[in-house]
Formats: sequence, structure tokens, C-alpha cells
Amino acid sequence: MNRRHTFILAACLFLAGASLFLYKVRTLGLPLDAAQETEVWTMEAHVSFHRDSVGAAKAHLRIPENPFGYRIASENFVSRGYGLTVDERANERQALWAVRKVSGEQSLYYRLSVYADPTRKGNLPKPTFPKVPELEEPYYSAMMDLTSHVREQSADILTFTSALLRRLNDPTPEENISLLRAGARTPMQRSKLAVTLLAGARIPAEIVQCVRLGEDRRLADVLPMLAVHNGDEWIYFDPQTGELGFPSDLFPWVWGSKPLIDVSGGRGDMVEFSVVRSLQPTMEIAQERAASLGSKIPEFSLLALPLRTQSVYGVIVMIPLGALLVVLLRNFIGIRTVGTFMPVLIAIAFRETQLLGGLLFFTLIIVVGLAIRAYLEHLRLLLVPRLASVLTVVVILMTLVSIASHRMGVDTGLSVALFPMVILTMMIERMSVTWEELGAKDAITEGIGTMMTAVLIYLVMGVTVLRHVLFVFPELLLLVLAATLLAGRYTGFRLTEYRRFKAMAADQ
Amino acid sequence: MSLLPDLKSAGVMGINSRNGDYIMRYNPRRLFPLVDDKLISKELAIQNGLPVPELYGVIRMLHDIRKFEQLVAGKEDFVLKPVHGSGGNGIMVIGGRSRERYRTTTGRILTRDEIAHHMENTLGGQFSLGGQPDQVLIEYRVKFDPVFDHVSYLGVPDIRIIVFKGVPVMSMIRLPTRSSDGKANLHMGGVGAGIDMRTGITTNAVVGTSPVHEHPDTGSPVVGLTMPHWEAMLDIAARCYEITGLGYLGVDLVLDATLGPLILEMNARPGLNIQIANAAGLLPRLHFLECLELDGLSVPERIALGKEATNRDPREITRMAVA
Repeated sequence: MNRRHTFILAACLFLAGASLFLYKVRTLGLPLDAAQETEVWTMEAHVSFHRDSVGAAKAHLRIPENPFGYRIASENFVSRGYGLTVDERANERQALWAVRKVSGEQSLYYRLSVYADPTRKGNLPKPTFPKVPELEEPYYSAMMDLTSHVREQSADILTFTSALLRRLNDPTPEENISLLRAGARTPMQRSKLAVTLLAGARIPAEIVQCVRLGEDRRLADVLPMLAVHNGDEWIYFDPQTGELGFPSDLFPWVWGSKPLIDVSGGRGDMVEFSVVRSLQPTMEIAQERAASLGSKIPEFSLLALPLRTQSVYGVIVMIPLGALLVVLLRNFIGIRTVGTFMPVLIAIAFRETQLLGGLLFFTLIIVVGLAIRAYLEHLRLLLVPRLASVLTVVVILMTLVSIASHRMGVDTGLSVALFPMVILTMMIERMSVTWEELGAKDAITEGIGTMMTAVLIYLVMGVTVLRHVLFVFPELLLLVLAATLLAGRYTGFRLTEYRRFKAMAADQ
Repeated sequence: MSLLPDLKSAGVMGINSRNGDYIMRYNPRRLFPLVDDKLISKELAIQNGLPVPELYGVIRMLHDIRKFEQLVAGKEDFVLKPVHGSGGNGIMVIGGRSRERYRTTTGRILTRDEIAHHMENTLGGQFSLGGQPDQVLIEYRVKFDPVFDHVSYLGVPDIRIIVFKGVPVMSMIRLPTRSSDGKANLHMGGVGAGIDMRTGITTNAVVGTSPVHEHPDTGSPVVGLTMPHWEAMLDIAARCYEITGLGYLGVDLVLDATLGPLILEMNARPGLNIQIANAAGLLPRLHFLECLELDGLSVPERIALGKEATNRDPREITRMAVA
């Protein structure tokens, strides 16, 4: 009954910890590696036009709104004397620059930083079925002829679209195709034609104008992608090849075939894109993103604490792991230590002194302390005053070692924190009692067991990945707790017991 | 698994199993003081008519130390014990005195001051679990039965009986050696000899974990010793279950030359070395008893069951418990 209870509790803790952890990794994108960086694309749209005489000018630029597959990290506008308004409508955004008096060459910039986020879906509403377009003859017959042909050779919207695009791009086109595509030369025109033809089959389609991402592109291409709605979701085709799927190196700038810019009061207007790739710490990006998702988790994370407190918690969250290690070493292996969690405390003290220095330093103080404790025994002091005396001796020893090591140019002793003194005193007292009661062998065994355990815990605590993971995902402590609970129900043999009871083993 | 010795089939109980499956299950925490506090267990035993060494007095605080002389006045020998001690720690056995000096049974000569210091340390908690302030108990020094003279070095041999829910299931006699400093402590090099529950005769003996046949100091055989008053010892041990309520109990007895078996102390966390001394695991016997309804059985019935449990083949019982 207790066993089952423990298993259920451990399972619940495991699930709770693991699901919160997965949520933070998957949805919020918090990185498992502190040094992890995310690829950030910075795109710059350069709008230019010429105004011959002094007068008013206005420029509209269609800018991304909720691009699918990406998340906007930041955006800004360079307007130089222009008034800027951002016009936000459903599924559409426009930057509108306006100026009353201007002349000559004009340059306006819009800069946008994005990073990939596959969880992001566009929020375009489900389209209605389009009407069959009213084309003049002979185009209408050509369209109807073509669509009925293609329909015969396809099963659904997906296969219909790819079959249609294949015919449309056929280098040796049939009659209908040559007729239809006579006026459509650019990829954009081809795409518009595809939308029209798809509408002829009452298939909703839309053009997505995309910017091609690349390592460092001075002049990035803008090219159309064909989006077709299959009743459930949008599927994407390359209108020139008929290939299915949205390429990973394209950024969906805006929906619709409308021109990206619209300039009034100027001529020779054009928009050019440049792309720069950079790397930013994933941690920062994820936190910004979590905040933008409206998640309360960043506010309730250890990262929200003041830096000083954070560094303390960086150590504190490792303590349960150290305790779990003690459990494993004691209950599964059977290593004997002085006190239960003394090794954890010593491991923390090692953080201040560094491993080798700390090990030497502590061993020295414990050995000298034991000798002095043995001497004090002759004075027949009562327990508490004796402890206090040993503590004082430990402090004096530490001071001496620190001063001596400093004089010798070794600074290990200087970085000793405040609390190891009490730990050392307790350890000396306990070891000396063990020494007296059970003999030197046991005392030394326990002393070495304690130091070994402490070193192991220190090494585990020093694993940067673990520290980062436990600090960013403190819910993993629930997993540690679950593991500890399960370890608590282990009633099998300890490894050392196989030696202890060796003589009793059944013949195999 | 063949890398490790097969302790499971041998029915050996490990520390984790003892703590998790027996102590935690059968020994309610609130009952621990009944055995951890030797004063309470002594009073409990007296109330229930079980034999214990006579109590001469208690030193409860530093101030009481001055009463020490008065308490031991007229007693040639006595024992000082921490009330909360464990594993025989802090026990001082005074075997005789000459004027101001006291002589321990191991031959150390102590002044009154040295004894007072020992009592101060005890009061301060040096020998108690967790360093809690403690008290000193002064009691009758057992004149141990000469039957064990040839197999003991200085100290008092004691008999440990494990009692499971009132059924004595396993026992051993611990014989002091030179290296155990006269203490009957296996850990410190004493001899442990397993006793057949049915006959009260030692069947097997070890020092540490290695089997022996003779006492390392006296050279006398330690296997084949017959316990005098064996049935009486089983009876006392079985009754300790009633007075403490602890389902998994270690009862330590000594054999006094004139008074017969006396309860030395009881232990709610009895050690596992008794299995090595008996060359037998505890689990088969416990599993056998766990399959039975033990409540309401009389003391003789329980003793009989304990003897029956010894006969069990480990493998057969393990199978029975699983089924």
C-alpha cells in the first residue's frame, strides 16, 4: 500500500515536473544550453523614390504582420523628416510615411528582426470559395478546358494544384496554356494566373510575397509563393516549379499580390531588401517571447530575481541533487559518511576554496583538529565548552593557514567562506567520537567516505549544463524529488553488503 | 547478477530491507523511547515482572554527581550506563575499588575525578543519539555465570535474541575478546556465535565475518556451547514484545550466576551481524511468520513457532511468501 502510494506520488511529481519542463522547452523555447544562440534574421526594406519638384510625398509600405513560422524580435523605422503612422488592420499592416515639402532622392527604411519559430501559425481566416472568374473568350474556354482536364488527372486539391502548376510551367506548352500565359512573364504574373485558374476550379488560393533569407544578402529577392487552402489549412507551392512546401529560406513578408509599395508624389519608386544573419543568446529571445505570449512564467522564474540572489539560488538548486547523490551512495552503495548531509555542505565549501586546495586545506585542519580534540579530552571539558574550544581552534588554524598560504603566494586559504568552520568543527567532533567508540579504522573510513562523497558532489555540482538546467527549470527538482522518493523505497542490498555477507551467499 | 554473491536466495536481510520493510512497518516511532531510554525499559520490565539488573541510582544532572559516592556506598562493583546510549557506547564497568580508586573490569584504574568526568560527558550527550543531553544509570554489575568463563575475555558475554511480533526467531551469544576491549561488541572484534533456537546450542561462530571454532584469546571451542536456562531466555524475550509493543525487537540478555537470565537492554534497530553468526538469513523465518496470524497466540505457542521457523528451508519459504 505504501509502496503503491510512493509510486503514484513519484509518478505525479515526475509528470508535473516533466510537463512544465517540456512546456518551457517546447513552447517558450527556453534553451537547455546556457550558451545556445538563435539565428536572427534582420531584414531591411529600403524604399526609394524621386521627387522632382518641392511638394508633398507619401509612401506606403506593406509590412509583415504575424508571419507564420517566424516571430518578430524587433522592428524599427528610419523616417528622416517624414511623419510615420503604422496602419494596422486585420491580417495586414502598412507603414505610411508622409511629408509636406520635399524634393530630390528619397530613402526610407524599415528594419525587422525575426527568428524561426515553427510553432507560429498565420492567423489568416479560412477563405470562402471564390467565384469562377469572368474572363473574356477565348480565355474563359481555355481556362475551363484546362481545369476540367487537370481535374480528371487529379484526386484532390493538392494533386490538382501541383498538376496545374506543372502544366502551366511546361516548357513545351499545350495550346490552352500558351494562350493563357501569353501575358504572364514574371513569377508574380504567373502566380496571379495560377490564382485565377484555381478560382476557375473554385479552389481558394492566395499569393504570399516572400523575402529570400541568406547569409548576408545585399540585395535579397522578393518572390511569390502560392498558398492554396485545402479546406483545413494552407498548403504552399512554388508557383514556378510546382514544388510542395514552404522553403525554409523564405520569409513570408505579406499576403496578397498587391504591390509592396505605393508612392504618391514621386516617381521611380522601388523597394529593395537586404538581409543580415546574426546570432543572439537564445535565453534572451525566449524570455522576450514568453513575455510576448503573455506567459507568467518569466515573472515567476529565478531569472526574475536580483542578480545577487540569483547567484545564491544557482547553488541552492543544486543541493537536492547533492542530497540525492548522498542517498544513492549511502543506500545503494553503502558508503559511510560522517553525518548525513555533511558531504553536501563540504562540497559547497569546496566551491569557495577550489577542489584540490579545499581538500588539502580541510584534511589538514581536520587532522590537526583531531589531535587537538584528543588533547582537550585530557582536560575533561564538558561537551559544549569542548565543542566551542575546538571551533575556536579551527578558526585559529584557518587564520594561520590562510596567512601562511598567502605569504607563500598561494591564495586558496583566503577564499574560505564563513560557514565551513562550523562544518569542520562538527566533523572533528563526530570523527573523534567515532574514533573513541569504534576505533581509528572506522573514523578514518568515515572521514575518507565523507571527503570522497563531497568531491563527487562537488564535481556534479560543477557541471555547467546541470546548473543551468536546474536554475532555468527549477521544476526539475520535482523529478529529483520523485527519484529520491523511489530511492527511499529501495529495500534491496547495498553494494557493500555483498562483501559483508559474502560468506552467506547461496551457491549459484 | 552472477557478478554479485547471491544473497537473496540465502534470505539475507540487508540494512535497507531491515529499515524499510521491518523497522518502519512494525516499530511505531512513538514506541522507540521505551527501549532507547534504558530507565523507562528497566521500569517497564520491573512492572511486568521481567528480570533486570537492580538499579542503584540515576545521575540526572551535573549536580547529582556529588551523590555518586552515596549511591554506590557499600557496593564493591557496579556499572555506569548512559540512559540513551547505543551499541554499548559509554558503558563503564567497575569491578572493584580500593580507597579512592576504582578499577574497571578491563583493568584501568580510575580516580573519582575521572569517573566524574565520564559522567559529565555522558550527561552532556556524548554517547546519546544525536548528542542529546543524557542521564547516567548506576546498576548492579552482573556476576556472569562461570559457564562462559572459558570463552570470554574479561567482559560479560550477552545473548541477543531477535523477536518478531513476539516470536523469538534468531539468537546469538556475543563473547568479548581482547580486541573488543571486554565489550561484547561484534563490530569491535568480539566473537558472535549463532544459537540453534530449538536446542540452545551454538552452531556456528564468527569473528568479524570470518568463521571461527575457538575463542581467539582462550582457545576454547565456541561452537557446541549449551545455553543454560535457554527456555527461560526465550520466554523473557517473547514477553518483551508485550511490554514494548515493538514488532521487530532485539533483546539483550545476560546470564547471572545466581539470578539467572537478566534483560540488559532492548533494541528497536537490532543489527544484522546475527545472520553472519548464524550463517543463516533472517528473511526466510520472517517471511514464514508474516504468512501466519500471530495475534492472540500465547507465549509458549510463539516460542514453538519460532523453533518451527528455524526448520524452514530458505528457498521454500521465499517461494511461499511470494505466493
